[in-house]
Amino acid sequence: MNERFDRAGVPLDRRAFLGRSAHGLGTVALASLLSPSLLRAGPENPAAHEPALTLPRQARRVIWLTMAGGPSQFETFDPKPGLARAAGQPMPESFTRGQQLAQLQGERLVCLPPLFRFRTYGKNGTEISELLPHIGSIIDEICLIRSMTTEAINHDPAHMFMNTGSQIAGRPSMGAWVTYGLGSEAENLPGFVVMVSTGKGRSPQPIAARQWSSGFLPGRYQGVPVRGQGEAVHYLSRPRGVSRDQQAADVAAIRALNHNHDSVAHDPEIAVRIAQYEMAFRMQTGVPELTDLRGESARTLALYGCQPGDGSFASNCLLARRMAERGVRFIQLYHRDWDHHSLLREELPLRCREIDQACAALILDLKRRGMLEETLVVWTGEFGRTPMSQSNKGPVGRDHHNKAMSMWLAGAGVKPGFVLGATDELGYAAVENVCTVHDLHATMLHQLGIDHNAFRVKFQGLDARLTGVEGAKVIKDILV
Amino acid sequence: MMLRLTFRTGWTVAIFAGQLGAFALCAAGEAEADKSPPAVPARIEFNRDVRPILADNCFLCHGPDQNRRKADLRLDIRDDALKAEAFVPGKPSESELVARVESADPAEIMPPPRSNKKLDARQKEILRRWVGQGAQYQRHWSYEKPVKAEIPAGQNAIDVLVGRRLDALGMKPAPEADRRTLIRRLSFDLIGLPPTPEEVSAFVADTAPGAYERLVDRLLANPHYGERMALGWLDVVRFADTIGYHSDNPRNIWPYRDWVIRSFNDNKPFDRFTVEQIAGDLMPGATTETRVGSAFNRLLLTTEEGGAQPRDYESRMLTDRVRAIGAAWLGQTTGCAQCHDHKFDPFTMRDFYSLGAFFADIQEPIIGRREDGMIVASAEEEKTLARLDAAVAEARKRLDAVARELDAAQTQWEADVARYAITLPELGRDSKASPAEKGTATAVQAALTKTAGVRNRREREVIRSYFRDRITPLYPAERAAYAQAEQARREFAERLPRCLVSVHTEHPRTVRILPRGNWMNETGEIVKPALPHYLSQPEHSGRALTRLDLALWLVSRDNPLTARTVMNRLWKQFFGQGLSRQLDDLGAQGEPPANPALLDWLACEFMDSGWNGKHMVRILVTSNTYRQSSTATPEVLAADPLNRELARQNAYRIDAELVRDNALAIAGLLVTKIGGPSVKPYQPEGYWENLNFPPRHYVADTGDAEHRRGLYTWWQRTFLHPSLLAFDAPSREECTAERTRSNIPQQALVLLNDPTYVEAARAFAARILRECAGRPEDRLTRAWQLALQRTPRPPELATVTKLLAQHLKDYRAHPDAARALISIGVAPAPAGIDPAELAAWTHVARVLLNLHETITRS
Repeated sequence: MNERFDRAGVPLDRRAFLGRSAHGLGTVALASLLSPSLLRAGPENPAAHEPALTLPRQARRVIWLTMAGGPSQFETFDPKPGLARAAGQPMPESFTRGQQLAQLQGERLVCLPPLFRFRTYGKNGTEISELLPHIGSIIDEICLIRSMTTEAINHDPAHMFMNTGSQIAGRPSMGAWVTYGLGSEAENLPGFVVMVSTGKGRSPQPIAARQWSSGFLPGRYQGVPVRGQGEAVHYLSRPRGVSRDQQAADVAAIRALNHNHDSVAHDPEIAVRIAQYEMAFRMQTGVPELTDLRGESARTLALYGCQPGDGSFASNCLLARRMAERGVRFIQLYHRDWDHHSLLREELPLRCREIDQACAALILDLKRRGMLEETLVVWTGEFGRTPMSQSNKGPVGRDHHNKAMSMWLAGAGVKPGFVLGATDELGYAAVENVCTVHDLHATMLHQLGIDHNAFRVKFQGLDARLTGVEGAKVIKDILV
Repeated sequence: MMLRLTFRTGWTVAIFAGQLGAFALCAAGEAEADKSPPAVPARIEFNRDVRPILADNCFLCHGPDQNRRKADLRLDIRDDALKAEAFVPGKPSESELVARVESADPAEIMPPPRSNKKLDARQKEILRRWVGQGAQYQRHWSYEKPVKAEIPAGQNAIDVLVGRRLDALGMKPAPEADRRTLIRRLSFDLIGLPPTPEEVSAFVADTAPGAYERLVDRLLANPHYGERMALGWLDVVRFADTIGYHSDNPRNIWPYRDWVIRSFNDNKPFDRFTVEQIAGDLMPGATTETRVGSAFNRLLLTTEEGGAQPRDYESRMLTDRVRAIGAAWLGQTTGCAQCHDHKFDPFTMRDFYSLGAFFADIQEPIIGRREDGMIVASAEEEKTLARLDAAVAEARKRLDAVARELDAAQTQWEADVARYAITLPELGRDSKASPAEKGTATAVQAALTKTAGVRNRREREVIRSYFRDRITPLYPAERAAYAQAEQARREFAERLPRCLVSVHTEHPRTVRILPRGNWMNETGEIVKPALPHYLSQPEHSGRALTRLDLALWLVSRDNPLTARTVMNRLWKQFFGQGLSRQLDDLGAQGEPPANPALLDWLACEFMDSGWNGKHMVRILVTSNTYRQSSTATPEVLAADPLNRELARQNAYRIDAELVRDNALAIAGLLVTKIGGPSVKPYQPEGYWENLNFPPRHYVADTGDAEHRRGLYTWWQRTFLHPSLLAFDAPSREECTAERTRSNIPQQALVLLNDPTYVEAARAFAARILRECAGRPEDRLTRAWQLALQRTPRPPELATVTKLLAQHLKDYRAHPDAARALISIGVAPAPAGIDPAELAAWTHVARVLLNLHETITRS
């Protein structure tokens, strides 16, 4: 028995969730868990009358591409000729006074010009870095935001903030929120899957399991890490010496005995236990089927630029598409190598190469299959980088920065070929259409058909929301 | 008035206690059972009926937080509400509040539509009736001192107080559970392990009066009691082996875990337990033991991340500690007051930062690696250490006696080095010196290039020890004796456990109120340590308060929250849910207990007994309420689905650590050693691959360490062992009063495939075959006795007999597969058992370990 939720994960105090309606979204989540086909067979929007779900749903799922470490916007998406002109000059104090700095604290602050050229792409002649030609080639499919900001300036708190809307541990991640709200459509895969790839860079970011935690939501909404190499899901493989038939026989016996016990104990929890064993057993076929890329054509593999089983970000992008096809609700891919305090000139092109073609391939592949219009793709780091150089860690790089970062979205009702917002002349701070992480979350929920203000769960006496208590706005300008 | 707190260990501390508040507890009457919608009570009670409505719907804009307040109206204080003409007592129809909540006009209605809040008809009727009855307020229930109900002599207070409510509701308690269920329940609840079949049959056969009580006493005296009780406390104080942020590196902290276990086993009074944790270093007569308790103050998250700013993390650490005090002792959610006054409780920003200021005296690095910590030696080891220290001092004395001659020789040698430009032998062209020796020599050579007068201390030292170790032939015995004594001391000390503890500094960090929680804003007022203003507190005449004052106040009679908070959590351990279901919030947004008199009685008795934990546990588990069956009739289930009225026990899955302990105990693999460094059982390959700075490679322990109880598992905050995580063990990054209890597919995967459980199944199988020769039915009966302490039912036997035959046939045909299965794990496979038979029985054992009933305490 749980104190805040019943066994279906529905809050016991319904007021805590979506007002007073008798048919909370959690019910949908339960239905999908016990029998995913129920959800699929139901209306497109089975809980449309719910206060939090009154919005038209554009996105059925989310693929969130996290560039952990904080990619430099000056060498990717935010062209700054002003910064180039100021090369080598001291950063004017009017920009930096009283601002948070990380590793540049107490250092001389000097403008570092963009280290790579920008080229124009697409119908609108959008400028992005020469390091990202493939993303350039699909620029008309994506929506760029150059005015994103965040609050945290160190990796760990910044990841927490991006994933959970809070810098304090223990809050549910956005994938948990979304699966909690909408349930899963996957028959034999978890509803929220996380994949982490490590590039060939020098200092990959540590990524804590709390980044996909379900926090105070029931454990079933936590992200399940699926690995691109080795055992895909921990404890998924049968013990050696146990055949599939033997495993099935054991699971059947467990079911029979649990069922028999229920006739004595009358404990509704037993039915859930039985269902979970069946889900676990289905995952034992579902996951290997997912990761088996033999059915993908040579053309597709070439599009992504990956080899089956190489564990690369590109492979994971292809797997993300396969998960999307199989009904996974929230797919989060991490690439861990973007923390370029030094060696920016040397390392960044290599890291860009690891993701550029794959990101473009994912968009093209989803589009080709008619899935882009119902899949929200988000590409972002946890913060941006400084226009000032950092040279206290070796060859020149840039420090952490929270006043400006660039990111992009695609699909699911987001304006294609659009650029929102701008930073100041030196790229220090976002000045036009400034967006916050809470705004980004509100917008994502909006596209999923969820009113972020009404989507709340009582925790420690407060109405906890993914979008926090400070207020957030849906970024309407980027929506079709 | 002066209050003397005397702990049973004999130390006494005098503190000044303020006047006792003269508030009478407004007895909360019958709360509604969980039926929906319950009728509106004839007599409205503010705390029970009105406060939850106002708190949830109105206080956000009309409550304690002045920055959010709208229309200059606050409804949490009656005088203010009257002044603002929110209502006319006794006249609902003339009251603005009633008119606004009942309005149909979207521009008028309260709460406004944009808040996404809406009152239902029942709530509106409650407000109308409340105003009609005079709009009386009550202080929030948990801020009133608990009042102890009169209980007829010789009766268990729990049964009396639960019974009163059941009578009023026309409900009957469930019958007592059968003896097998009782001993299984008691064993899991008190020691966290299943009873053996022999213990069960002895208990079932013991029909003499007092058999149950004797069982309780035996379990309370069992050393595993401390381990069981520690589980909840370690969650609530967020005990873990690693620092938490970013690199999540290890720190020395496990002696604190053992201190907690010991404290429960010794039945250390909870007041003493509290003081040692918060101020164990400041207590009069502080000892190694009390200082280890003060490791509590070091359990928070810390960072080693490059670019982390000290003031940022100073603020994070302060807020972390305030939240911990709020969670562990006060049952108050304090976190929001980091940025603004609490919106629902009277806890202000000033309270928040003043509470944090108590910890500003703790010496610690704000950023970076933690220090190694205090040596934690046993009495024996302390003696040895003292002896070794004395030996070093003695050897040093003898060396000092000849120091003048050695120094003179050194001066001569240094002059030669300078005059003849001597290269030290380790640095010569043909040197065979090791890199370490070369390193030392390089440092010495560099130091020698400086003239004696400008060398720093470190340089003087390297030269001196180099000269004495490598160059001079003088006084070899004295030099060797000293070197040996030092080495012996160092080697001994290095093997001793260490623990981060609280160390007081006379120069505390300055604590300011941070406007909007922003650590970069240094305009906020400087605050001194102070207790929350809204709770009664001792008079201290302007004296500066310390952590000791805070600790003593937490466990003083002035404090209405601590005993309730602790008893509410204890109740959860024995009933699966608290009396107030919100374990972490006894404030306005929490849930008032369904049976307030019961929680108050427990709180008072806890204090009256001298904060005697075992006394309270005994009262709980010997009550008839505890001994009820957990099986609900459909009528009871319908009347009280959430079991708020306790007309039955609850059945629930045991905690993550106990799932493991149970399987290992059934298998006969469990190593019952208590305490020691954390251990590393099998963990999936690559589970730590996303850790960095430095990259980590998990090496599983071998031997006994592989089969220790779950609470000793290495607690890596960012990547908690996946089998614990699957069963809802918290990462312990934040204080967790309340573990969720989920039922997810990963649990099935762990029990089916984790090598720990496969190995346990094989050992369990071998045990069955070893302990019981004979027919399969007899063996299966034995298996059921070991795992479930009951005999199998015929359909169960049929299912498993068929399964066994099938697997036996398979493995006879595939002996390699049998050998593969039974070789999993480090426990040696028993000799003399047919591999096919052992493999087939391993499946049977595995099925048993996977049953819902096996991991359920009912």
